Amino acid sequence: MTHLVAIVDPLMHTFAKSGFSWSFLFVVIIKVLIAFVLLLVGVMVYIWGMRKWIADMQNRIGPDNAGPHGVLQTLADGIKLFFKEQTMPDSADRVVFRIAPYLSILPAFLMFCVVPVGGTVSILGHKTFLQVAELPFGAMWILACSGVGVYGVMLAGWSSGSKYPLLGSVRASAQLLSYEAAFGLGILGALVHAGTLSTREIVNLQAWSGIGSIFRDWYWFPAIVAFVIFLIAAVAETNHPPFDLVEAEQELVGGFHTEYSGIRFAIFFLAEFMNLITMSAVATTLFLGGPNGPMLWPSRLGAHGVINVWLMPVFWFGAKVITLLFGTVWLRASLPRLRYDQLMSFGWKYLIELAILWVMVEIAIEVANVQSWNRGVAALIAVVAGAGLYGILMLCVPKPGEVVEEFR
Amino acid sequence: MTVGKQVKSMLGGLGVTFRTMMKPAVTVQYPHEKEEVAPRSRGVIALKEENCTVCMLCARSCPDWCIYIEGHKEKRPPRREGGRERSVSVLDRFDIDYALCMYCGICVEVCPFDALHWSPEFEYSEISIAELLHDKERLNEWELTVPEAEPLELGAEIKGKKK
Repeated sequence: MTHLVAIVDPLMHTFAKSGFSWSFLFVVIIKVLIAFVLLLVGVMVYIWGMRKWIADMQNRIGPDNAGPHGVLQTLADGIKLFFKEQTMPDSADRVVFRIAPYLSILPAFLMFCVVPVGGTVSILGHKTFLQVAELPFGAMWILACSGVGVYGVMLAGWSSGSKYPLLGSVRASAQLLSYEAAFGLGILGALVHAGTLSTREIVNLQAWSGIGSIFRDWYWFPAIVAFVIFLIAAVAETNHPPFDLVEAEQELVGGFHTEYSGIRFAIFFLAEFMNLITMSAVATTLFLGGPNGPMLWPSRLGAHGVINVWLMPVFWFGAKVITLLFGTVWLRASLPRLRYDQLMSFGWKYLIELAILWVMVEIAIEVANVQSWNRGVAALIAVVAGAGLYGILMLCVPKPGEVVEEFR
Repeated sequence: MTVGKQVKSMLGGLGVTFRTMMKPAVTVQYPHEKEEVAPRSRGVIALKEENCTVCMLCARSCPDWCIYIEGHKEKRPPRREGGRERSVSVLDRFDIDYALCMYCGICVEVCPFDALHWSPEFEYSEISIAELLHDKERLNEWELTVPEAEPLELGAEIKGKKK
């Protein structure tokens, strides 16, 4: 493990050196606005792409009437929802009912803020990172935001004053809290390698140095189990199929948003897909090297030209995110929804244990590296210890059909 | 079920969708392009008037009573000199009310003189329900769209006359 110096956005250096100026404020506002608009447009395009991809997977054509190849279909749906009547049940908690949609969309956007989209660029003469905010505790911020995201769903169901939304939100909070642990441990898999919480630093550590970087420097391969666990937990955190029990329409009508209509419903919809994009962006940052990738023709176009500073990092970031998003669509088109007990037993009995075990192994290897012990022996001891713990744990769990006196 | 089997079945499902994605869509954009219907599809029933003997079998066997037939008898000159005058049935009215018809095809089956045939045409919807009553002239026009009879299947025999 190398000793790291905290990375600070060069914009902050300028601020500390020359004090406040209006152009400084402009840069910040421009970055926030562009990120927000990009996310909204991204959701629009993603929904269209999702419908097209799923249509392809089902031998259909999909939306093709609004705009070229139906690109504007989402916009048309949004406009329709905007002008629809909004209803509210009499028994609803009026204030919370109104706030809940925004509570669910805000964390999705806030989480995206710490994701590095590109390298260091200069806007209006100020050098700055191409990301909304560089926090020294970025990974914690991601965890915190995904935790706060539960509130929107939970409060929406509770404030509806109606039984199906309440059941849906109870399910949602149980599911999200269950997978939160595995999600956090998955992130830990990357953090153990990086040894830092700052997203920018994590990305810098995964810098591109030839094709071998994909396996050597990007954390997805050294932390392959953590990566898989992170992906599964992220799919569960975003209530995406096959984990979309929150809105299992056969059982719960619409889940927590049964009573929502019009633009408030649209905001929930938006939040769901925004979460998906954000999660893909986080996975890209932590495991797939973020905006790192080969430069385009550095000898001719120059390593510091517009194309290689602005365009290529953003291109690589976008390509990785889109690949992951395609994966989510693929899951949605292929897999049936899990049963509730399957979801819970999978999360608690297998995923979390596996995640803990893997993190233990990774830490053992990392410590062995630092102390220059034999890595293989350290990993073996960690596996044996972990498996022993797991065995003891499983002995305590009642078998299916076994009657436990205390629980009767 | 073992974990390996579960993972295998999951990957199998993903494989199926991916292979399907590589195939083109089967959608037919109907008003712009016309669907190719099956050769024996039941679109509309056509009448071959010269074969009809006003025997009323079709009208009586129709479960919906959607066939209306009227006819009268006419005397025709005898075939041989000095013979008895022949009487033939002449069709005055043959209507099928397609608002009532349920396309069961019993009339086509039951007709002993091959006067009724299935045609695959299906584009005859109307604004007014009354216009779905196709009269004899209209039914005769449908006869032009009736495809050639399919060759008999292996083992099928022509009933009646034996060689």
